[in-house]
Amino acid sequence: MPLASARDLREVSLTEAEYRRIVELLEREPNDLELGIFGALWSEHCGYKTSKRLLAALPSGGRAVLQGPGENAGAVDIGNGLAAVFKIESHNHPSAIEPYQGAATGVGGILRDVFTMGARPIAILDSLRFGPLGIPHNRYLFQGVVAGIGGYGNCFGCPTVGGEISFDEGYSDNPIVNAMCVGIVPHGRLRRARAEQAGDIVLLVGAATGRDGIHGATFASVEMDSTSAARRPAVQVGNPFLEKLLCEACLQLNELDDVVAIQDLGAAGLTSAASELAHRGGRGVEIDVAVVSRRERGMSAYEVMLSESQERMLVVVRPDGEARARAIFDAFELHADRIGTITPQQRLRVREGRALRADLPLRALIDAVPLRTPAAMAPVRRAVEVALPLDDPEDALLAMLRRPNLRSRRPVYRTYDHQVQNNTVLGPGGDAALLRVAGTSSGLALTTDGNPWYTSLDPYAGTQAAVAEAARNIVCTGARPLAVTNCLNFGNPERPQVFWQLRESVRGLADACRAFGLPVVSGNVSLYNETSGRNIPPTPVIGMIGLLEDLDRRCPSGFQEDGDVICLLGETREELAGSEYARLQGAPLQGLPPRVDLDAERRLQGALLEVIHEGSVRSAHDLAEGGLLVGLAEAALFGRHGVRCPALTGQVSAAALAFGESQGRVLVSAPPRRVPDVQKVMAAAGVPVHALGVVGGDELQVGPAVRIRLDRLREAWECAWDTP
Amino acid sequence: MKTGIVVFPGTWSDRDCAYALHDVLGEPVRYVGHRERDLGDLDLVILPGGFSYGDYLRCGAIARFTPVMEAVARFAQDGGLVLGICNGFQVLQEARLLPGALLRNASCEFRCEWVSLRVEQTWSAFTQGMRPGQVLSLPISHGEGNFYADPATLEVLQTNDRIVFRYATPQGQVAPQANPNGSTAGIAGICNARGNVLGLMPHPERACEALLGGSDGLVLFRAAVMALQAAAV
Repeated sequence: MPLASARDLREVSLTEAEYRRIVELLEREPNDLELGIFGALWSEHCGYKTSKRLLAALPSGGRAVLQGPGENAGAVDIGNGLAAVFKIESHNHPSAIEPYQGAATGVGGILRDVFTMGARPIAILDSLRFGPLGIPHNRYLFQGVVAGIGGYGNCFGCPTVGGEISFDEGYSDNPIVNAMCVGIVPHGRLRRARAEQAGDIVLLVGAATGRDGIHGATFASVEMDSTSAARRPAVQVGNPFLEKLLCEACLQLNELDDVVAIQDLGAAGLTSAASELAHRGGRGVEIDVAVVSRRERGMSAYEVMLSESQERMLVVVRPDGEARARAIFDAFELHADRIGTITPQQRLRVREGRALRADLPLRALIDAVPLRTPAAMAPVRRAVEVALPLDDPEDALLAMLRRPNLRSRRPVYRTYDHQVQNNTVLGPGGDAALLRVAGTSSGLALTTDGNPWYTSLDPYAGTQAAVAEAARNIVCTGARPLAVTNCLNFGNPERPQVFWQLRESVRGLADACRAFGLPVVSGNVSLYNETSGRNIPPTPVIGMIGLLEDLDRRCPSGFQEDGDVICLLGETREELAGSEYARLQGAPLQGLPPRVDLDAERRLQGALLEVIHEGSVRSAHDLAEGGLLVGLAEAALFGRHGVRCPALTGQVSAAALAFGESQGRVLVSAPPRRVPDVQKVMAAAGVPVHALGVVGGDELQVGPAVRIRLDRLREAWECAWDTP
Repeated sequence: MKTGIVVFPGTWSDRDCAYALHDVLGEPVRYVGHRERDLGDLDLVILPGGFSYGDYLRCGAIARFTPVMEAVARFAQDGGLVLGICNGFQVLQEARLLPGALLRNASCEFRCEWVSLRVEQTWSAFTQGMRPGQVLSLPISHGEGNFYADPATLEVLQTNDRIVFRYATPQGQVAPQANPNGSTAGIAGICNARGNVLGLMPHPERACEALLGGSDGLVLFRAAVMALQAAAV
């Protein structure tokens, strides 16, 4: 058999050294199919070869954890005998090439990760990043992605309840599309995808297999260039209707004791799903590709094994249970092929009828992934003081509210069904979404966070800020943060500065999660977000869930009652670097991002939960991008109540007071008689409290300089997406 | 009163409807599969929202051929109450149990938001006990809810008082800015000549508790209960 050529290796994205290692492990040359299988499982996307060592540092245990990383999704206890199953995943590369289908199948993939665990999906969140909309191609990507998310989630019947969108030049041509899904399952029905008994039957259920998505995993593991559009055939096409049927069937299958495991076919299709299923259970698997239903003629074994056709599942059943499983598929008119069996030897064997096409040890495929630790190099950074003028705060506030990064997201989220399933208590648009846990009095708070400018300035501090802000968002609803999922979107790790960003970011994530006592139970890594030599800003996205035991103790983010006193909790520093106001002013991105004081943050959040639960405050809104004036305007607009404040005072510049983005700050409103209670709790926690003014009227009034009617404020904030 | 909730492949408001009727109102419900032909035990049949058969073709165009729709037609003819919500409304039109068509929203976008509806008549089975001009707040969630009927059909609907709900401002004024999808004459819901079959785009089952933003949907379900009780006396 001839040696693999350089071209063959490029096709499967393996290096020569990796090829030599394969030959060593097999003690022979792999054939084409075997090489393709190695390429897929040793890809960054499946094998995490660059990130695995770093990720080992993340805390993943804890009392509430029922399932940590390593399964289709993580799971935590949420009381009442129920578990929340959740994960976030990227679909950046496909979305860059074909935004509608890329985003749609991203949603489809994460839904499957959750319902294969036996959980009914109850919510979707999306974290999106695009280049400026002034560039037509970015607009095309933005519109396509938003339509794709809605198109899939709406048809499937899972509400899209939250997420975030930001715009920066660094994402031109390379959008970030991360989808998070949360599901609920009784503890006893939580299912793991592992096949532990030889002789069990492997069924392939759902869509027929086509040529779509071949090399998707390897495609997601290389940088993009001008020829990437030609990879469009590597983008899968979604069928949310079929997924809905698969979901209902899987939830019924999950009630059968004969069903051993359910595994979603995602990246690297059948290859990855079958290998992982068998490997987790310490067994092997033998597959006959000849019996796989196809939607195209003339597909080779290679194409069948590496197809990423969507809406497919592997179901492992005891031989006696096959008929019962099939009865469920028949009821949903779903097609199921009996493609193989679980074997005692830990090997992946692929047959095509009688011919043996591949025979590989699973340990070599999965455990022997050659890990890389690329060179890391910190950039030269200078501590630059960022000082900015503030001439007309009223104009500046209106301009800020119109900024694409700050304006109302309603034009997007009203295209998503955010109510189906009848559990959405606080929908999109506020700090965190809050969903009722059906059949209980408790709620789940859900959010995603990440600020690419802070992480660009300092990936360590920026990632900590994202964790802190996600937790603050959760706490503002009255819920207690419970667990974290994460998606690490970075450029090409072979560039020393990019690998340094990744390393620092993971370190920040680990340190912040430890400080908050939050386990990281699932996640995903998306590297090689590099287009024509340009790398995206470091983009870690934090997904977080929190638990509110008693929904009656929830807290809205908008002002509620005239006469309530508005208080600012936390400290405002001279921090404008990386802020939206700095971008409005055209200042270069430089300096140090806002400081993250994890200890102060913990004290603030603990005290805030206390005042919310004892009913001392009527609203709580996290201050984030845009700072204090924007936060005041948002709370006024959310709650449809005006604000009357004297001029802001403090030890910092006027610009930093109005628009600085110091972390660890929350705006609350409280009835006058409860203000002493708030002050007492905050004082005990060492959290500064500044009474800013009162709720009331139909204007936002801050000192003599800012006086804007709410309808004018709303007009600016709700401006159309294409407003420059 | 016993309610049947029809489940087509791709239906997703079935569980929400069951929640509203059973968990909130305490009425007995059962799910009705798309292959079923016997609705004899039921008083009210709901065709819920969703994307029946994916709605890749015209919405509801495939669902109307299911065995259960023959049974629903007979059930309606016998005077049983039929309520089509969102996709269910589309299915009722495809099945010719209600006139008109639901086109793509004028915005060409899906819309999920709360809207205000003005009650236009109070003689049908689903509006008994309501006041004419009463405003209900209900959510919509659809991409194809732009009601269209030719002028002759519209005339019939109007003269026979079969326009049940129109999109309106919270103050009850039918106006273009209150019309979320471009529907002709702001029409959000219509009934058949006997008033026992209602189709509407908004989702009353999503508006059954203050916790989720409002409970005006109960007004509609209670009207149906009342109508059946009156018929039983």
